Amino acid sequence: MDKFHLTHLKELESESIYVLREVAAQFERPCLLFSGGKDSIVMFYLAQKAFWPAKVPFPLMHIDTGHNFQETLDFRDALMEKTGANCIVRYVQDSIDQGRVVEEKGPNASRNYLQTVTLLDAIEEHKFDCCLGGGRRDEEKARAKERFFSHRDEFGQWDPKNQRPELWNIFNGKKHIGENFRVFPLSNWTEMDIWQYILHEKIEMPSLYFTHEREVIIRDNIILSKSDAIMLKSSDIIKTMQVRFRTIGDLTCTGAVESPANSVEDIISEIAASRVTERGSRSDDKRSEAAMEDRKKEGYF
Amino acid sequence: MTPIDSQAGYLNMELLRFTTAGSVDDGKSTLIGRLLYDSKAIFQDQMEAIELASKRRGEETVNLALLTDGLRAEREQGITIDVAYRYFATPKRKFIIADTPGHIQYTRNMVTGASTANVAVILIDARNGVVEQTIRHSFIAAALRIPHIIVCVNKMDLVDFNEEVFDEIRERYNEFSGKLDVKDVRFIPISAKLGDNVVDRSANMDWYNGPTLMYLLETIHIASDYNLTEARFPVQYVIRPMSDEFHDYRGYAGRVASGVFNKGDKVTVLPSGFSSVIKSIDFAGQTLDHAFAPQSVTITLEDDIDISRGDTLVTNVNMPKTGQDIEVLVCWLNEKPLRLNGRYILRHTTSEMKCLVKELKFKINIETLENKYNETSFGLNELGRLLIRTTKPLVYDSYSENRVTGSLILIDEGTNETVGAGMII
Repeated sequence: MDKFHLTHLKELESESIYVLREVAAQFERPCLLFSGGKDSIVMFYLAQKAFWPAKVPFPLMHIDTGHNFQETLDFRDALMEKTGANCIVRYVQDSIDQGRVVEEKGPNASRNYLQTVTLLDAIEEHKFDCCLGGGRRDEEKARAKERFFSHRDEFGQWDPKNQRPELWNIFNGKKHIGENFRVFPLSNWTEMDIWQYILHEKIEMPSLYFTHEREVIIRDNIILSKSDAIMLKSSDIIKTMQVRFRTIGDLTCTGAVESPANSVEDIISEIAASRVTERGSRSDDKRSEAAMEDRKKEGYF
Repeated sequence: MTPIDSQAGYLNMELLRFTTAGSVDDGKSTLIGRLLYDSKAIFQDQMEAIELASKRRGEETVNLALLTDGLRAEREQGITIDVAYRYFATPKRKFIIADTPGHIQYTRNMVTGASTANVAVILIDARNGVVEQTIRHSFIAAALRIPHIIVCVNKMDLVDFNEEVFDEIRERYNEFSGKLDVKDVRFIPISAKLGDNVVDRSANMDWYNGPTLMYLLETIHIASDYNLTEARFPVQYVIRPMSDEFHDYRGYAGRVASGVFNKGDKVTVLPSGFSSVIKSIDFAGQTLDHAFAPQSVTITLEDDIDISRGDTLVTNVNMPKTGQDIEVLVCWLNEKPLRLNGRYILRHTTSEMKCLVKELKFKINIETLENKYNETSFGLNELGRLLIRTTKPLVYDSYSENRVTGSLILIDEGTNETVGAGMII
């Protein structure tokens, strides 16, 4: 490689840092949506790089469905402790208790949809004008058409047919009062890029990503973690398996994969050989062909 | 293990951004589907999903176009509405495709996709040859200064893989592209449907000795696409930690737009004109000897001078222009037409100011490449030359020399929408 030439990972890093700095410069009250998954961990890591030696000039926010993996919460708390960052937590349970949302019932019940209301309420409460998300365009076909700077109306909704054109690296974050933006600094990263970067930068990851023994429910070929939050069906198979998670979300809809991978290198080899996308084990995307698009329009992450 | 799995290989990959353009039914989706499929970027669950969707729509074969049409309305109407971004990698490079729809009314999407591309892949249907859309797409690629153009003459299988058809199209293309400012144009005869010359060499066209599309994408020289001569650093954000350890630290965060900055370089701040010397180039706890485009870094200076977002640091050779009256090639992006003598917000690198559009010098007919003078209206998807007066001095280069410091957008004051994409002459 020439002296004055960046590798693709360095170019992606530089692009993401540029976007994070634009957010700090263009918005008054941004926040970084933190889920405890690898993408939001990498995004936070990049934010720390972007503003060094100053602290990240905006808070993190976690929407806790109450059905999170304990490992995620422990990891989050340890990371905040280590970095001294401020993480606001808002609970879906509170939205349920206040009657803002009604809990789904039955074996396929998930709080994944309910999160949107909690999120929008929290945005309003804190008057956030921009939420940074770890979404990537390679994840899902509706995400493939998302901008870096994604405009939301006063109801938090995304209008995919009326997006602002985004040219060069000039981002237009102008908005009316009450409107806000979702910004995705990792838009151009793929799952492979994320893991290669994690390896290269030695970024610590939650234990859920690595192989471990777990009691699971096998339902419609999806391996779910056995938990009190999931009502069992008679057709469910319960057994103990050696698994890991490719994505981390609400435990009622995040599927595990059978895997012996216990290092980042192992994970990279596994992904390189894999023929299924990481969202292939997410039951929330399987509800319909446009499940993600519909949720995004409503104001989902 | 393939090289892509090994850390050393992956860390040496380059990033290539390309845009694809073709008219409706030129086989663009099929071509992209093939590149993704053959490079194993399409996964089994995605394939199953589109197999299922194709069946539901009553189609006999798997419709690869469904892979790129992400939105519900697009699938229902069988059209592509917006720019979609696709990713794939080979052991040599990682690719970002800005997939833009071919309909006439979507010029604005093509301009968007083209604005960051290193390469434009333009498709021509071998049966139809060079059509108005081809000229339109090529004009946009040239105007946006995409450094390399690859013309794929597709559906060669439907013209019996005839060399003469290919030669004729190439000649016809060269005739009109002579009027455009494009330096690097290549031609490849392909069949996206059958895969000829896409990833694998065609057994049906032994008369063609050139590279396949994939080989060209993997090897085309892009290292010199970044401008490394004129050093420009638009300040994005001022970093002031005000902590005990970094009490007096004042760093200018930004992304090098072009050129190289070295520690110890004498720099001038524009538009104010103050000078200083680079004390350090910092990046996340490391200090660097130099920074080059497109690196994001933080620069500190020896002197305490007033610098804020929107200012530009430059070295003292090849200074940019500074002025308030600029001539700009603009593509209009909004349903609401241009208001002549109207006020707009102008965004250029990290600076923002109000501006007045004083004159529409001419519009360009991008089918005939002729200039039309004395025009009074300028609307969606049109291209033309505007004279703009800014309320503050703008520090700029011409777009032909610098895609970062030569580009700007116009924003409507009322709606906040991005209404114009401008390239400074």
